This record gives sequence, structure tokens and C-alpha cells, in this order.
Amino acid sequence: MKALKRTYIALIMMFLYAPLLVTVVFSFNSANSTSVMQGFSLKWYGELFNNSTALTALGNTLVLAVLSACIAIVIGTSAAVGINSMKKRWLRSSLMTVTNIPMMNPEIVTGVSMMLLFVFVGKLVSSSSVLGFPTLLIAHVTFNLPYVILSVLPKLRQTDRHLSEAAQDLGCTPAASFFKVVLPNIKSGIITGFIMAFTLSLDDFIISYFVSGPKFQTLPIVIFSMTKKKVKPDMYALSTLIFIAIFILLILMNVLQAKAEKKENRKWEAK
Amino acid sequence: MKKVLSIILSIMMLTGVLSLSGCGSKSAKLDATKLKAEYSFEDLKGTEINVYNWGEYIADGTEGMVNVVKEFENLTGIKVNYNMYDSNEDLYSKLKSGGVNYDVVIPSDYMIERLKDEGLLQKLDFNNIPNYKFIDDNYKNLFYDENNEYTVAYTGGMVGLIYNTTMVEGTPDSWSIMWDEKYSGKILTFNNSRDAFGVAQYLLGYSINSTNKDEWQAAAEKLKEQKPLIQSYVMDEVFNKMESGEAAIAPYYAGDFLTMKDVNDDLAFVYPKEGTNVFVDAMCIPTSAQNKKAAELFINFMTEPEVALQNAEYLGYLCPNTEVLSDDRYTLKDNEVLYPKNEFKTEYFHNLDSDTLNLLSKLWEEVKLA
Repeated sequence: MKALKRTYIALIMMFLYAPLLVTVVFSFNSANSTSVMQGFSLKWYGELFNNSTALTALGNTLVLAVLSACIAIVIGTSAAVGINSMKKRWLRSSLMTVTNIPMMNPEIVTGVSMMLLFVFVGKLVSSSSVLGFPTLLIAHVTFNLPYVILSVLPKLRQTDRHLSEAAQDLGCTPAASFFKVVLPNIKSGIITGFIMAFTLSLDDFIISYFVSGPKFQTLPIVIFSMTKKKVKPDMYALSTLIFIAIFILLILMNVLQAKAEKKENRKWEAK
Repeated sequence: MKKVLSIILSIMMLTGVLSLSGCGSKSAKLDATKLKAEYSFEDLKGTEINVYNWGEYIADGTEGMVNVVKEFENLTGIKVNYNMYDSNEDLYSKLKSGGVNYDVVIPSDYMIERLKDEGLLQKLDFNNIPNYKFIDDNYKNLFYDENNEYTVAYTGGMVGLIYNTTMVEGTPDSWSIMWDEKYSGKILTFNNSRDAFGVAQYLLGYSINSTNKDEWQAAAEKLKEQKPLIQSYVMDEVFNKMESGEAAIAPYYAGDFLTMKDVNDDLAFVYPKEGTNVFVDAMCIPTSAQNKKAAELFINFMTEPEVALQNAEYLGYLCPNTEVLSDDRYTLKDNEVLYPKNEFKTEYFHNLDSDTLNLLSKLWEEVKLA
């Protein structure tokens, strides 16, 4: 039974990590191939930094992901607070359904319809190049929103409704009671929402493909366009670097969390 | 919140540091004294152009080549927003959507014909493109631009048969090997309808631009017959599969064969006797262009022999520039695969009428589902 358990875990790990491993291994290939390994070299890491198109696109992708996630948590949190305080049940549930549409909708439908909308608006203001960074940002905020709302709402439900009323009784203005009482309680939900939004925005291709313009291209679009000829190992090098960066951050986060927990425990013990 | 911020900051810092430290291998510089035309125009400085080209279709500073776009920017002071697509149809839908405007696009022959017919291209002012004189006559007066008004050829290529000499007996010279049961499970073919049908059409002796329904039907039958032998329908996956020896036979472009051959020396290439498809990709200016003069300057720059040499080396496809073709620095000069000496039948893809296109996509679905 134990052996079975272990093989099962091993299989899952393999399915999850084998592709990443292949990517990492071939990023060190000395040949221009992603299937035949001819020797170890760091050549593709050097090439990557000469590939200004990919680097600009990487920068664009990060800027877009951070910005859209930030906007999404602001709008999403306010929306969640609003939805949570709705008195009418039917109104609340129908609003939730509407919120979920961008999430359930096939991405290609969202992408095409947003593009048509933007082009239509562009025609109204007689602009022939409406697609660009603003449209990309609007689209990303749109598909990020439901995830933020969905991760903040449960936190709000857990928080006692009367908490902010109590704060106001004690002299807080409504705004202050929100920032001092409600916000700290739903903080973890907001952070989850932010991380979700950030990752979703980071690897979105389909919607970005339709609403992006010539002046602002994201990394997934650039990599996709390389499939006409071949994706070179320098893209593998880039993926490896991103993977390592995320890996280090995750370890750091775990260490910090463990430290914080220890501190908390000690506090309790001291009491 | 602090944690999240620190995550983002550290990602950004990491990428920032890495991009600074990455100045190890330098890309080559262009020798400006060798340029044949003038590129400094006060009125164009500070303007922008949007260029839409195939992915990996320009020397980009990697592998010791010149970064063509950057050199153009430095030379002219014009900012280039360089974008890439992976199929002619992508380009078409972007241009047609009306939400973007591009100043220079580089579609293939049949797509140029279609764009021109739909009024999406504008005539070039060849006074601004003096380097046009370097374009080989074989690349002028082609069917998509009979009077040389709209296009300047950029590159071209031909489809041939790539095979692994350790897995294939003898030297094949016909598309019929793709129907040989001996190689069942080792054959690849195109994962796009026109190229896949093309192979069957050459073999059957039909035109790849046929408007005869029965001929298309017969070609589809031929492809259905081939299907059990096919390992998979591929586009760029062909590189990995042929390089690693996973497959033995595949039709693909001559220029790409040269890239594969660098990795796997067992590969060989042949132009089948029944004939094959030839294509030309040419630079054009869409009607929606905002900065036509700068676009023409860019086209002129791309036709500059020094620049064309860089692009030809990077791409490994056919070069239409006579100066490059006679340049001894051009490593692919007289390359037998790219510039074959013997004559054989070649045919361009033309734009098909909508009835035939519908029939084609219906038949292609049938083949894929058979």
C-alpha cells in the first residue's frame, strides 16, 4: 500500500515537473535544438540578452500583470464589499452570476467580443489604432475581476457584520472603520486575489492576442509568433530564469511565513 | 500586502539585474559607410512606424548578427514598433479588424494578392526605394503584383522532401514515398490544409490552384489513404521530430532543412520530380499606414545589400538581392539545396475563390477526422 502511495505521488510529480525539467535541460544545450542535446553551454543565456524583442515583451508582460492586478484588487474588493452588503438575496445572486460570466466564458469569445467593442468605440472617436496598452489593460482587469471578487467575498462573509458598526460606535468614520477594521480582516483574501490576478494576466495569450496593438506586445504573443519557424533554446533559457525567480520567491515566502508563525507561537507562550 | 509588494519588486529587480549583466556576447554592428542610400531625414526623426513581420524573420542581434531594427532606429531616429505573426491569416485578420494600423507588412504571395484585391494595400513610391534596383528580375512582375507597384520582395523559399538517410533506403525522388507503407508511422506532413493538399496534388498531377471540385475530392481521397501511415500533422514540431530521428520523412521548407541539418547530419533533402510549391514574401504598405515615407525608408533599408545579407544569413531562405547573391561573404551562396541548378516544376499558391476555400476546409476536416 505504501509503495502504491509513493508511486502515485511520484507519477503526479513527474507529470507536473518533467516538462519543466526538459525546458531547463535544453536551455543549456550547445546546439540550436530543443530535441537533440549536443553538449553543455550557457550560450542561449547570452543570446537571450541580445534578443531585445523578447526582453521588451517580458518587461511589458510584468508591467501589465502588476498594473492590472493592482487595479483589479481595488475594483474587485469594492465590488465584493458592495455585493456582501446587499440586502436582497436575488439581487446578490444574480450579480454574482454576472460577475462569473467572464470566468466561465471561453477566452476566445471574450477576446473577440472585447476586440469588436474596442474597434467599435475606436470608430466612434474615429481612431484607426485603438488597440494598444489601454485596451490590453482594460481586458486584463476585466478577466481578473471575478477571481478577486471570488477570493475576497468568503473572507467578508467570515467577518462579523457588526464589527464595522462597533468601530463606528466608537468614533470611527465609515471610511476609517473600513480601513482599520474590515480591511485587515479580509487582507489574506485580497492577497490571494492579487496573486491569482497576477498569474492569470502573466500567462494570458488568447485575450491579449485579440486586443493588443503594435506598440505593446506581451511575451506569450511574441513566443507564439515564433512557432512559424522554431522556438529557439533562448526562450527555454528565459523560461528557466522565470522558473528560478518564482522558485526562490516561493522558498523565501515559506521561510518568512514559518518565521512569523514561530513569533506568534512565542507570543502566546509568553502570555 | 508588504509580502506581495516585495515579491513583485524582487521579480522586477531580478529581471533588471539579469538584463544588465547580459551584455556578454555582443551583437555585430552595421558598417554605415557601406550603405548605398541616404537614411537621415530631419522630418522623419522622432516619428514612429509599426512593422508586422513573420516571427524570427529578421536578423535580431542574436548569434553574432546585426540587430537590424535597432540599426535602423539609430540611423534614422525613427522608432520601430516591431511585431510578429505566425500565419498569413493572422496578419489578414489583424489588418481587417480595423483596430490597428501597420506601416510595413510582409505577407506571402497569395495573401498579397488577396490584400491587394480587397484594397488593403497602397502603391509604393519607388523614388523613395532606390535600392529596388538590387532586386533580382525573377522576383519582379510576379502574379501578385504584375506591374511592380505594391511590393518589394523580401525572401522566398521552396518546399521539398526531408528524409533521414539512416531510416530511408536509397534516394527518394518522388512524393510517392509519403505513401510508402514501409515507413508507416515515420511520416510527417503539414498541419495546414493547403500545404498538405499540395503534396497529394503534385503526386496526382493537378494544379495546387485547381478550381475543379473533382480534383480536390480526389486529392482528399489520396490524403485519407495516407492518413494511417502518418505519425502526426506538424508545423514547427517538424524540427524536433526530424532532428531527433523520431520521424523519417517530412515535407518542409529548404531553408529550415539547413537548420535541421546543423543538428542532425543524417538528414537529406530532395525536390521531388512531380514539382513543388514556391513562395515569395514581400514587403508592402497597407492603406491604413500612418507614416508612409518612413515605411518606404524602412523597406529601402531592408533592401540595402549589407542589411539583406544579414537577414539572408539569419533566415536561411532565398535571397532576392543580386548584390548578396554575388557576395562572397554570403555563406549560402551557391548552396545546392537553396539554389538548385536543375530545373523542376514549381507553382505558387494563388488566392482561391471562396467556394473552393470552403470546399477545401470541408475536405480538410474530413481528412483529419477520417
